Amino acid sequence: MAHDHPEHHHDNELDPMAARVRALETILTEKGLVDPKAIDAIVDTYETKVGPRNGARVVAKAWSDPEFSGWLQRDATEAISSLGYTGRQGEHMQAVFNTSDTHNLVVCTLCSCYPWSVLGLPPVWYKAPPYRSRAVIDPRGVLAEFDLVLPETTKIRVWDSTAELRYLVVPLRPAGTEGFSEEQLAELVTRDSMIGTGLALTPEAA
Amino acid sequence: MSLRDLITHSKGLPSQGGSPAFVEPWQAEAFAMVVALHDRGLFTWDEWAHALSAELKRPGALEDASDYYHCWLEALETLVVTKNVAARSEVEALAASWQRAAHATPHGEPIRLENDPDRS
Repeated sequence: MAHDHPEHHHDNELDPMAARVRALETILTEKGLVDPKAIDAIVDTYETKVGPRNGARVVAKAWSDPEFSGWLQRDATEAISSLGYTGRQGEHMQAVFNTSDTHNLVVCTLCSCYPWSVLGLPPVWYKAPPYRSRAVIDPRGVLAEFDLVLPETTKIRVWDSTAELRYLVVPLRPAGTEGFSEEQLAELVTRDSMIGTGLALTPEAA
Repeated sequence: MSLRDLITHSKGLPSQGGSPAFVEPWQAEAFAMVVALHDRGLFTWDEWAHALSAELKRPGALEDASDYYHCWLEALETLVVTKNVAARSEVEALAASWQRAAHATPHGEPIRLENDPDRS
C-alpha cells in the first residue's frame, strides 16, 4: 500500500525515539534540571556557530605567528581559549604538529570524544565502528581510504582521545603560501586536515 | 557499510565539513540535554563518555553509526535513572503518553501532553 487515503490524512505521529526525548525533557524540565530555552540555544550553537572554521583560525595563526605556535605547542588549552574557543566539558586540548617525517591522526576508540570547540561536532565516519576500530591498528590503511597516501618513510602517530584530553592536528603549511594573510591561510585548512585524515589544501586546490 | 562508503556519504551531504550534525530534531534535543545536564553538574564528562561507550560497544551496534543517537539517548536515560532523577518506568510511561497525545492531536497542530486521552 503506497498511498495514503486522501480523506484520512493522518494525525501526528511521534516516533518512539522522539517520544522518549520529549518524556525526558518533560521530566527534566519539571525537576528544574533543564530549561527548554537553554536546550534551543545549545542546539543553535552546535548547528550554526561552532565548526571547523574555529580550528582553521587556530592553525592559520600558528602558521603565521611563531610565538602563538610555541604557546599552542606548550599549552594548547590556553592558547586556543585566547582566541575565544573554550571547551565546555573542562577538557584539555593538545595540539599535535605534523612534521616532514611525522603525520598525526586522531581517533576516539572509546566513543566519539572530539574537540567540539574548534571542530564542531564530528563527522559520521569519526563516530562509526570501522574508523574507531581500524585507526589504531591500521592507520595507513585508513588513510588510504581517505585517498591519503603518505611516503613509506613518514611515521604515523595515532592519538586516542579521551573525555579529558582532545587533540587538534596542526597540518603542514602548504608550499606557495608565503605572504598569505591568516584569513587566506585559514581557507586552506580543512576539517579532515585537523583530524589527520587529510592534508591542508594547496593554493591551487583551494 | 565500509569506511570508504561512510567517507563518500559524508562528502556528499551539505554544510561545510560534510554531513549535517543532526538528521532529526530529536537527536539535536538529546544532544543538547546531555550538554545541559553536564553544565548543571548532574554528571562528569568522563561519566558521560563511559555511559555512551557502553552503549556503542553493545553487540549489534551498526557499522554506519546510524544508531549513534539511539545509543546517545540510551546512555542519557541510563544516567538519568542511575542518578535517581527518574525511574525508567516513569520515562517509558511518559513517552507512551506523548505518543498517545500525538495521535490524538489533529495534523498541523502542536502536540501537547494534555491531548493524551488516557492522561490522569
